[in-house]
Amino acid sequence: MKPAPFKYFAAESIDAALQLKAEYGEDAKFLAGGQSLMPAMAFRLALPEVLIDINPIAALAYVTTTVTTTRIGALTRYRSLERHAEIARSQPLMTAALPHIAHVQIRNRTTIGGNLAHADPASEMPAVMLALDARMQVRSQAGQRVVAAQAFFAGTLSTALLPTEMLIEVEVPIASARTGVAFLELARRPGDFAMMGVAVTVQIDEDDRCIAARMAYCNAGDVPLLAIKAAQSLIGERVSDARMRDAGVLAQTEIRPLGNVHATPAYQRHLAGVLTRRALAIACERARAGEHA
Amino acid sequence: MTTRYFGAPITRNEDQKLLSGRALFIDDVELPGMLHAALVRSPHAHARIRGIDTSAAIQRDGVIAIYTARDLGDYWQPGPLLVPPPPIKDSVFNERTQVPLAKDKVRHAGEPVAIVIARNRYIAEDAAGEVIVDYEPLPAVVDLERALQPGSVLVHDDLGLNVSAQVRQAKGHYASIVGKAARVIRRRFKYDRGTSSPIETRGVVAQWDAKADRMTIWDTTQAPVFLRNGLAAMLGLSERQVRVIAPFIGGGFGPKIMLFYPEEVLVPWIARKLGTPVKWIEDRSEHFFATTHERGQLHDAEIAFDRDGKILGVKDVFLHDTGAYDPYGLTVPINSQCTLLGPYVVPHYDSTFTAVFTNLPTVTPYRGAGRQHGVFVMERLLDIGARELGIDRAEIRRRNYIPPDAFPYKNEIIYQDFEPLEYDSGNYVPILDQALTLIDYERFIKDEQPRLRARGRHVGIGVVSYVEGTGIGPYEGAKVQVQSSGKVSVATGIGTQGQGHYTAFAQIVADQVGVNVRDVEVITGDTDQFYWGAGTFASRGAVVAGNAINDASKIVRTKILATAARHFECAEADLELANGRVHVTGIPDRFIRLGDLANLANPMRGAVQPGTEPGLEATSYFGPPIGATASGVHAMIVEVDPETFMLTVQKYVVVHDCGTVINPLILAGQIHGGVAQGIGNAFYEQLVFDNDGQLQNATLADYLLPTSMDVPRMTLGHTVTPSPLNPLGVKGAGEAGAIPVGPLFAQAIEDALRLPDRGVELNEIPLSPNRLWELTGERS
Repeated sequence: MKPAPFKYFAAESIDAALQLKAEYGEDAKFLAGGQSLMPAMAFRLALPEVLIDINPIAALAYVTTTVTTTRIGALTRYRSLERHAEIARSQPLMTAALPHIAHVQIRNRTTIGGNLAHADPASEMPAVMLALDARMQVRSQAGQRVVAAQAFFAGTLSTALLPTEMLIEVEVPIASARTGVAFLELARRPGDFAMMGVAVTVQIDEDDRCIAARMAYCNAGDVPLLAIKAAQSLIGERVSDARMRDAGVLAQTEIRPLGNVHATPAYQRHLAGVLTRRALAIACERARAGEHA
Repeated sequence: MTTRYFGAPITRNEDQKLLSGRALFIDDVELPGMLHAALVRSPHAHARIRGIDTSAAIQRDGVIAIYTARDLGDYWQPGPLLVPPPPIKDSVFNERTQVPLAKDKVRHAGEPVAIVIARNRYIAEDAAGEVIVDYEPLPAVVDLERALQPGSVLVHDDLGLNVSAQVRQAKGHYASIVGKAARVIRRRFKYDRGTSSPIETRGVVAQWDAKADRMTIWDTTQAPVFLRNGLAAMLGLSERQVRVIAPFIGGGFGPKIMLFYPEEVLVPWIARKLGTPVKWIEDRSEHFFATTHERGQLHDAEIAFDRDGKILGVKDVFLHDTGAYDPYGLTVPINSQCTLLGPYVVPHYDSTFTAVFTNLPTVTPYRGAGRQHGVFVMERLLDIGARELGIDRAEIRRRNYIPPDAFPYKNEIIYQDFEPLEYDSGNYVPILDQALTLIDYERFIKDEQPRLRARGRHVGIGVVSYVEGTGIGPYEGAKVQVQSSGKVSVATGIGTQGQGHYTAFAQIVADQVGVNVRDVEVITGDTDQFYWGAGTFASRGAVVAGNAINDASKIVRTKILATAARHFECAEADLELANGRVHVTGIPDRFIRLGDLANLANPMRGAVQPGTEPGLEATSYFGPPIGATASGVHAMIVEVDPETFMLTVQKYVVVHDCGTVINPLILAGQIHGGVAQGIGNAFYEQLVFDNDGQLQNATLADYLLPTSMDVPRMTLGHTVTPSPLNPLGVKGAGEAGAIPVGPLFAQAIEDALRLPDRGVELNEIPLSPNRLWELTGERS
């Protein structure tokens, strides 16, 4: 379990990192927290010829908020987001999901940019980004562009990033009033990848009618998936137990779980139904209470 | 002798060293010029080797040598049969042992075909990837029943079938009583286990000293003396030329007794050939293939009861997966066969097993060593019997226990130590009663469970019994020696892998020799320090080595007193031995330290009386006639989410009888660790092979070891029924925690979900949320 030979560069700035990426392209990988890349290299599943270590770029770790948006630098570690008062206030769904991501020791190293760019469909944060309709700021030497979360995740371990590009910032909209969120997942052991996980945001009006809803799933296909019909079925309706159960049944038809040694696709679908119902109930309760989380 | 330490819950002597990172583990061994090995392993479970091309790999900078089977010449030999089959009439055994490097055919994925020696492990792995092996893939045989069908793919072509062994053992005459039974229950049971996953994988370092003509081998073995003897023979050396050191080892659990793994045969031979030290450390990926497993059995079992739920007899026919080779003989299936009988009176027993070769890694004992499988079958049969006869689950066990006045109890059939199975001692009802009290059985069933069920909660209780044959022979020895420093050393031939030997053995010595327990230096696992022994396995260290140490300590005590009596010119009866010194009774100021006495016993000058041995030391050996039988009851309360089938263990109770207890803290640790592994086996761990013999989850991300989050706090209780077979009265405790967890989970989960009311039984292990969902038929 020793990695194959590779070249290593430490980048001191975003420009230096992009310069190296422009030079080496697909042969190069950015090294951020290394919590997925290094094990993959040790198994010789990943064989990058070049590693560009971006850990020295301190300017890439930050959280800033405006009235409408939370901006998170790509190199921000999960453990700092998990303990961040501003994240808890403005992005309660992230705060709810973060403790489910592996273990504290791993979250101490993992960066949001690295985790999202790795694009593991079983990972929690891609689904959360989808539920929150986040936008990815990506940059290359040619310039900067914005990619919506839904377009960013292209397949298993594959994103819309070009070989010369780097994810530098995540922009997350801040939810309107009377929005409730919930993140639920089932993993064999605490810290494992989920057999199924769901991130939910629901906005309801004073009459308990659903104004907006988004449900996103992890480990439900080759990319994080939104259950669009299930969410649609709630809009304009009173959020009763029956509605939530029906939404879960609809969601089961929208996901495309692939199965693994811990859960067959059939069991994953079953769990998606159960978790959707439970998560909607929690999110609606929170929306009614006017609290975020 | 005062018992100041024996029986006391003292903290461990070795922990400071272990916890501060100063203990020597095998990967800490660094030698000048040391080279590193990596193995080329088969990606196929079954394939013919048409050719191996090392020409590109050997060119890589830093590669020193590459060896294949043909390069080994006469050194290439199948490994020895470690445990020959016990003398059981009409039994069949086909010996097929592993080879150092596959020559013509590979028989399981991960089997080594070549070894690369390089300047470092990185280069060795790079080059291993460049060795080109021309395989002709063959269909693999994985399923036990299919392996026995005519025309099956053959693991060993020359054998003509895939039968490793076939053994029938019986007591009484089952066929004659089954017709008289009030109730006969027949079921099929499937019990699978996994890989032991020690925190430290295996490793070998070998150094040949050409000037001294000596080989030193550091090896993560549980049996250093056998390893030395075997390697000396293979290398054409005498035993005194080979020193095996088994340093601190991060967990053994059985697979580290296996001799001779390919790597431990290859590395010393190469070190001698190259004249350079060589190191091989197994990585976690290799561990899943290169270290032996313990896996599945398929039982077709039946039990006959009378009207009152008394067992009339049991009949069992089972298949046992032995993997590609069978170097460990019949040990695992014989343990299953014998341990099935448990603490119960079973007047008639008829058991036949077939051990089956498959294209999977070799199976050898792993903590419990087949006992789990037998206990699962018996405990499940009792649960089903209790239900069908309308008897409480605890009560049916109580009714069938061997009564305390029936010991020694003869079960007649032959056990793994070749002796007729006989329980030396036991008293089972008090164990059950204590467990029921600790789990609050009556109140739970009558009050708490109905109350929680009324609130929609799914809670259940389980209670299971088991026995564990421990402390088998042949023998162990120990040398106890008073050092000039006043410290007392004790050397034994067994290895140590975390059992607390540095403390438990020190406790035995300290009381006999009158020193502080911290001043006893325990030396294990170095064949230059103690020549003879068998090893650490089968829960035997405390029983067999412990009693040898006790005996040697007693002799040293008499030598100390005799030497002091000469020194003080007084009678031995007038002397007191305590706190590392001897003083004359009533005159504490007239004392001599043990270190000074040791020097007196080894004078530089002066007349020595005839017959005197130098020093204050003694060597003793102990060999029990048969093993000592420990026993216990586990009980558990579990809550199940009826939609997701996720579990929460709310309470876990273990009541255990391992005879006299040397150190309750160490015993608790043994039980905690065993239960953790048992929980892994019951609900988390599974080696998932596909039909091609490929392991689908060969990482610790997907092979689920229970973590501290998944293992509940345990309530422990003890009863003490000393073994009459050894002076200390001890029985082994190493495997007890791990043995009965499977049937306990099955029983408690069934109860929580009221599965019997729905016609569902849990007759397989491991379980998982997904599997429970499937078995309960909840799928829509």
